[in-house]
Amino acid sequence: MHDGEIDKQRRRFLTTVATVVGGAGVIATTIPFISTMTPSAKTKAIGGPVEVDISGLAPGQRLTVKWQGKPVWIIRRDDKTLNDLETLNAEVRDPLSDVNQQPPYAKNEYRSINPEYLVVIGLCTHLGCSPNYFPSDGQQDLGSDWKGGFFCPCHGSRFDLAGRVYKGVPAPTNLIVPPYKFISDARIIIGDDSGAS
Amino acid sequence: MNTAIKLLSALVEWIDARFPLLKLWNEHLAKYYAPKNFNFWYFFGSLALVVLVIQIVTGIWLTMNYKPSAEHAFASVEYIMRDVEWGWWIRYMHSTGASAFFIVIYLHMFRALLYGSYKKPRELLWVTGMFIYLTLMAEAFFGYLLPWGQMSYWGAQVIISLFGAIPVIGEPLALWIRGDFVVSDVTLNRFFALHVIAMPLVLLGLVFVHIIALHEVGSNNPDGVEIKKYKDANGIPLDGIPFHPYYTVKDIVGVTVFLIFFSLVVFYAPEMGGYFLEHANFIPADPLKTPEHIAPVWYFTPFYAILRAVPSQFGGVVAMGLATMLFFFLPWLDRSPVKSIRYRGWKYKAALTAFVISFLALGWLGLQAATPLYTWLARFFAVVYFAFFLLMPFYTSTDNDKPVPDRVRYP
Repeated sequence: MHDGEIDKQRRRFLTTVATVVGGAGVIATTIPFISTMTPSAKTKAIGGPVEVDISGLAPGQRLTVKWQGKPVWIIRRDDKTLNDLETLNAEVRDPLSDVNQQPPYAKNEYRSINPEYLVVIGLCTHLGCSPNYFPSDGQQDLGSDWKGGFFCPCHGSRFDLAGRVYKGVPAPTNLIVPPYKFISDARIIIGDDSGAS
Repeated sequence: MNTAIKLLSALVEWIDARFPLLKLWNEHLAKYYAPKNFNFWYFFGSLALVVLVIQIVTGIWLTMNYKPSAEHAFASVEYIMRDVEWGWWIRYMHSTGASAFFIVIYLHMFRALLYGSYKKPRELLWVTGMFIYLTLMAEAFFGYLLPWGQMSYWGAQVIISLFGAIPVIGEPLALWIRGDFVVSDVTLNRFFALHVIAMPLVLLGLVFVHIIALHEVGSNNPDGVEIKKYKDANGIPLDGIPFHPYYTVKDIVGVTVFLIFFSLVVFYAPEMGGYFLEHANFIPADPLKTPEHIAPVWYFTPFYAILRAVPSQFGGVVAMGLATMLFFFLPWLDRSPVKSIRYRGWKYKAALTAFVISFLALGWLGLQAATPLYTWLARFFAVVYFAFFLLMPFYTSTDNDKPVPDRVRYP
């Protein structure tokens, strides 16, 4: 120590070191605060697979089950509905499901494993409202050539009975097909597709 | 009597030796000189403070009976409404206060547009005010989830999904905000924390900064002239009067009239025909079914209409964000040498009129179900809305402004 003289270089060094080390500490401290807001172990566990019995489902009927807190729709489609899908190819945005909104086994013209059963997450891909189900025989004002499908009350998006989004609506992509598998003809598991073909 | 006054002044002296009580009183009230020509539009700053106090006090009392869980939230609000002594009054004060807050703030902001209060040297005053506005929007959004009705639930679902529309980071961000795969008990619990602790603290801090900034530069006035330019021998602005007692008394009149209208709503029309409390929110949240028609509360609808008017998902989110953010840049977009509308030319007057009409029209359209006609109307008014800001440098710099007087006109 020199008598009362200020060692400016030393002071600058100490200030820099204190700032850098302290700053690193502050940044490191934000990690737990941010991480603690991500889904907890319990939340993830509740989001586990659910098993559904679909034996009582009549053609045209919809079953809504809850998976990860979201509505999942299971709809039994008749032959007419399945044949209609191809005629809508020009009216939907992604007829061949090129956008990755489904597991590979559902990337086909029916967007399902077994064409008879459509399994989709019932949340609009626009802003997450749950669209309403309008079968083709309803009295709804969706046009006389409405082949059945879904209409979102929030912002007017439309989807066909394969969950494919129509052109000219705000939703950008088809409805999401969750991972699922058949464990028998009448039972499916939603949220788990391990060992499925 | 004399001894009482002596004791009181001794007490003040004792405090003053330890805390700058008189200094604060003088600087911010008794010797804070405000322009003598304030008019009707200058009520809304102090009214915003009054509403803030109402919200904090009723909010504290509501938390005494409210339960922030998906299972109990809706029932606990009904419990407050039916079984808690005066619970209905506390709750209606709070819900009416939310709408009143936005009415007061929108009028407060409109005052700034009328008299150029955001212009130099008050740019930071305006910017801090905008931060208050944004915080208020977040506070209102978090609070709206708490009753856990259908509109609470699906409104939150839609607003959080807006973040999900951001490319790449959107989905993880939305998951992080919710803390769950959908809006759930977890989301409700954290929104409660943000609504009752985080946002109010930020709000109070910002209000403090806003007032400090105001008292540093001094208030603008309806003539938009700087009263500090002409001072008397003691350095007191010739056109200034002490805030206390002149404006404290004026503001008490404003508060009284405001409270009359406020009470009329609280007692006779707390739902305001579904505008202050939406009908769908009297049905408990159902994660499997969206109500037939959903719309945000009225104070968000101008921005919501802009969101819906844009045909692309991400484009809509960007347009909506831009619509709120553009206000920040007003001090630099406005190139006119004149502050007050009294001395502006026809161009700014026309632009402001068109802006107010489009803001109100968008607000109305945002409440309606989107039909093709309404969507086109929303697009038209959205263009007017953006043109007000983006064309401002051009029409304000070429306006035929009138000469500004040196001193304020009275009244």
